[in-house]
Amino acid sequence: MGKTLAEKIFEAHVTDKPFGDTWVLKLDRVFCHEITTPIAINDLVSKKMDKVFDPGKIKAVIDHVTPAKDSKTAEQGKILRDWARRHKIKDFFDIGRNGVCHAIFPEKGFVRPGFTVIMGDSHTCTHGAFGAFAAGVGTTDLEVGILKGVCAFRKPETFKVNLTGKLKKGVYAKDIILAVIGRIGVAGATDKVMEFRGPAAEALTMEGRLTICNMAVEAGATSGVCMPDMVTVDYLWPFVGPDGDKTYAAKEAALADFSKWRSDDDAVYAGSVDIDCSSLDPLATVDYKPDQIRTIRQLKGTKIDQVYIGSCTNGRIEDLREAAAIVRGKKIADTVRGIVSPATTEVYNQALREGLVQIFMDAGFCVTNATCGACLGMSNGVLAEGEVCASTTNRNFFGRMGKGGMVHLMSPASAAAAAIAGVITVL
Amino acid sequence: MKHFGGQVLFLDRSDINTDEIIPAKYLNENSREALKPNLLEDLKLPGFDLKKDIEGKGAILTRANFGCGSSREHAPWALEANGINIVIGESFARIFRQNMYNCGMIAAELPKSVIDEIFREFGTVGASLSLDMEKGILSFVNGGKGKNIPFMLQGFEKALVEAGGWVEFAAARY
Repeated sequence: MGKTLAEKIFEAHVTDKPFGDTWVLKLDRVFCHEITTPIAINDLVSKKMDKVFDPGKIKAVIDHVTPAKDSKTAEQGKILRDWARRHKIKDFFDIGRNGVCHAIFPEKGFVRPGFTVIMGDSHTCTHGAFGAFAAGVGTTDLEVGILKGVCAFRKPETFKVNLTGKLKKGVYAKDIILAVIGRIGVAGATDKVMEFRGPAAEALTMEGRLTICNMAVEAGATSGVCMPDMVTVDYLWPFVGPDGDKTYAAKEAALADFSKWRSDDDAVYAGSVDIDCSSLDPLATVDYKPDQIRTIRQLKGTKIDQVYIGSCTNGRIEDLREAAAIVRGKKIADTVRGIVSPATTEVYNQALREGLVQIFMDAGFCVTNATCGACLGMSNGVLAEGEVCASTTNRNFFGRMGKGGMVHLMSPASAAAAAIAGVITVL
Repeated sequence: MKHFGGQVLFLDRSDINTDEIIPAKYLNENSREALKPNLLEDLKLPGFDLKKDIEGKGAILTRANFGCGSSREHAPWALEANGINIVIGESFARIFRQNMYNCGMIAAELPKSVIDEIFREFGTVGASLSLDMEKGILSFVNGGKGKNIPFMLQGFEKALVEAGGWVEFAAARY
């Protein structure tokens, strides 16, 4: 009987099975940010266990509130900064070089096929786009990860999402994942690895794959995962090829090695769903759960107060290009506040080089530094009571972007169109 | 052994998420006790009164997929700061559930039919529950009425609760 990718990764990393169904895995990466890590650090210090299992496998960033907005967030940044310095964590990204965690760590080439990754952030599932097992965890799991380099999971079952067909013009990766969540519900893949397969998954760019894996947790999944292929090799080549760490001399060798990490044809799945991507229209969420989906056409005319383009879901250069193509030469509606947050400093730089920042600013957008910002209402861009936001982020929970606010999740193109019209509108 | 239970807070809704349990704006707190007044501050549930309903409670009974959303362990910490160390529901989001056990707390899953019955028979003010870990019995009491439900922690979860959490378990073993 064949095995799924997740099963192969688990078997390659298991270090203990203390109770049968509990698998303790060795970790290849422990990612950290300034919101959930400082308490883990403080706890380790208080227990006189202030050590790290491997400073080369730990990567850290200040991204949720940057620059610090008050004394408390300044203190969180300080704890992480001092700890990174104390333990010689080379890959620590502070303001001026930082970015949203799930955008900057892929950008630096830190995740490879077959890796195990944890982070104290639920959207860590994003990194499964490289064919890795990447899971969001709480602070205690993070603490043990930092100290011992292990984390415990139940052996995960795999839920297969079979993506066929070809996306119509104006329909994007974001619409695919909204359709999947709408179909299976917010608990449809709980405790499972959500595996994206089929020709429409293979046709996605790495950025599109990061977007769909990012929102796997909105259906309850532990990790999203795509099969490594030439798209993966091309993306990672600057890091693993002759100009990188020289792991591979040629792309073919990298592809052959990466291809170990894919599910067998006769692997057993715990469930599946088929989505014909040719039939998809641009989508958005309503209400306060990410599985409440409508077409943009159904929501046409819905008045909005703010547009937010950014986040670990859709703040990458490809997202900004798609939005800028809609915005170019136009002005956003007088009644709308437009905010663009490039997901990393590098994305910001690239957007400057390509003239995208100018396009957004000419249209009346505020372009912020790289930050998680408005997405979770912790930093800039919070909504007032009763306000509505068209947003490229991943959660629309009640109070998420500010108490009493309403968030409609959608693609960067749909959000850009809404900014121009002042209402949700069809492209 | 720690006592699990107390007066029950009934939250009759599925998919109660971590933003509702403790809003993100409080994630700048570096102390668990500071989260106490803000537990369930943004909960959207008709009839729920933050000021009155949490005071004095030791347990929560809820529906499916409790704790979905963020990885923030601030959610269990905010419960614990209010004296709540056991949540009973039909199902839990994975990270929240693991966080509970990692903190030495309990997220107990019972079948929907049993949860329905408890809501029907005990879902009023004044009901309380207690867990006898040794005997594996969850007891619900309200006035003169009582009900015992078998619930036995096993394997990893039992070990975590007995060790006091994952840090203690892992520090000794790995």
